Amino acid sequence: MNKQMSLQEIVAQLQDGMTIGIGGWGPRRKPMALIREILKSDLKDLTIVAYGGADVGMLCAAGKVRKLVFAFVSLDFIPLEPYFRAARQGGDLDVMEIDEGMMLLGLRAAAWGCPFIPTKVGLGTDVIKFNPDIKVIDSPYDDKEWVAMPALKLDAALVHVNRADVRGVCQITAPDHHLDEWFVRAADKTYVTCEEIVEADAFVEPAAARLVFWERNYTSGVALVPGGAHPSSCSPDYGFDIPHFQEYNASAKEGGFTAYFDKYIKDTSEEEYQAKVGGLDAIRKLPKPVY
Amino acid sequence: MSTPASDYSLAELMICANAEAYVNDGEVLVTGIGVLQRLAASLAMLTTNPGIMMTDSEAWILSVPNPVGKRPADFVQMNENWMGFSRIFDNVWSGRRHLTGGPTQIDRYGQANISAMGGDYQKPKVQMLGVRGFPGNSICHANSYMVPAHGKRVFIEGECDVVCTIGFNPERLPKGYSFDEIDLRCVYTNLGVFDFNGPNRQMQIVSLHPGVSVEEVIENTGFDVHVPATIAVTKAPTEEQLAVIRQLDPHNLRSKQLKDNPPGVRL
Repeated sequence: MNKQMSLQEIVAQLQDGMTIGIGGWGPRRKPMALIREILKSDLKDLTIVAYGGADVGMLCAAGKVRKLVFAFVSLDFIPLEPYFRAARQGGDLDVMEIDEGMMLLGLRAAAWGCPFIPTKVGLGTDVIKFNPDIKVIDSPYDDKEWVAMPALKLDAALVHVNRADVRGVCQITAPDHHLDEWFVRAADKTYVTCEEIVEADAFVEPAAARLVFWERNYTSGVALVPGGAHPSSCSPDYGFDIPHFQEYNASAKEGGFTAYFDKYIKDTSEEEYQAKVGGLDAIRKLPKPVY
Repeated sequence: MSTPASDYSLAELMICANAEAYVNDGEVLVTGIGVLQRLAASLAMLTTNPGIMMTDSEAWILSVPNPVGKRPADFVQMNENWMGFSRIFDNVWSGRRHLTGGPTQIDRYGQANISAMGGDYQKPKVQMLGVRGFPGNSICHANSYMVPAHGKRVFIEGECDVVCTIGFNPERLPKGYSFDEIDLRCVYTNLGVFDFNGPNRQMQIVSLHPGVSVEEVIENTGFDVHVPATIAVTKAPTEEQLAVIRQLDPHNLRSKQLKDNPPGVRL
């Protein structure tokens, strides 16, 4: 069994109009090499579900996003994502804005084959006012009303992990695996990029196996892309690239996304991209963020 | 904790005021979003409420709060547990948490906004973060807020442009709910301390910082603030508290949080 694929082969599996979940959190462990590959493709009309960072900003800026399901989009140390802002302020983005935990419940509902999961989260707020598709229902067990958070079924999930084997056993050694597990379980297909391909015996130690958060039969494809989360972080391998994010952020004020895209992504392979940002060795030396 | 300081900054006064929020909370997860809020939570954990649990803002629960800002290379943070983002919700939804956030807008109903401002929802004038976890926080556990610049842009006349939290607007009260279930505590601003325990859950003055007048509060709040018969002066930090704060903030990041870093007692 060998699920290795190239970035191009993975993106060729995606289709216009798909609902795609993206793992990671803000500027942390985002599958950016896959995002760059999508930016170079003809894919369009995507519905994106994410705890968003530059992945969401770039896809919005490139006009790939028809609808965004989000709780926030942020680069953390740069609180406001410039291209997400521009897309929202331009008025041309359909959104489902929900609480962070509602997103988790929607993914879990999809993973478990439920049409919805009840929650009190969202009651009394504009989350239910601005999302008429999210219904508020009576409970068969008490006299309160509840938000019926609908399943967020994904056609595909894209995640970046520290290590994987060719069968799709994925290990996240970073301190937090975020909600990646639930993106994977909510998706028909999951495509993974990884820092390192390892042999199956890499997970022999119980402590190593406990860092595997989903079963390999959820993993459809694996691409080896060390440095592939850049400019987001991939702890413990590297931190996020602060100067690069600053340049990206500044590009929104001068030059626009086209200038950033032309400089770093257009007609550029992932290897060439990494060379442009200083090379893999430099990426791996990026300091861990201090919170 | 008994020697009142005579020389302290407004930021330090706000930290100490915010730290008071947690005195009677027992063993809860405390989250202070922002430098002053985090210092307040850390101060409380090291002084008045050792039951407090706090994360490192990444994935670990700490038994000793991390100092803010850059730490020495040999610094070892004192993890006691794991708390990745998925597990935060398990704790949040149980109610065992108290958060002090820093919303951009707060309205007369105690509703808060961090999502977007102006224009209309499909095309906001200023897009901010998004609702984040505010809806869930507001209906599940205790919440306080800090406002560094008390004014009508924050304490707005109408409702929040995007209502991110459940507050005390009767028109929004969900079926089967009572406002007693909404645990909105205090708002700490550069002018004073406020709560929503006025008549009909109106925002009221709890204490004013030294030299601040009731008129100044009224002029800078977009809705009517209840003025109780007696108003305390916000308690000055103690020398002991300031020593702990200096240890938690060795790079003096607190001095950069308020415009011009004003003194705690107005000149």
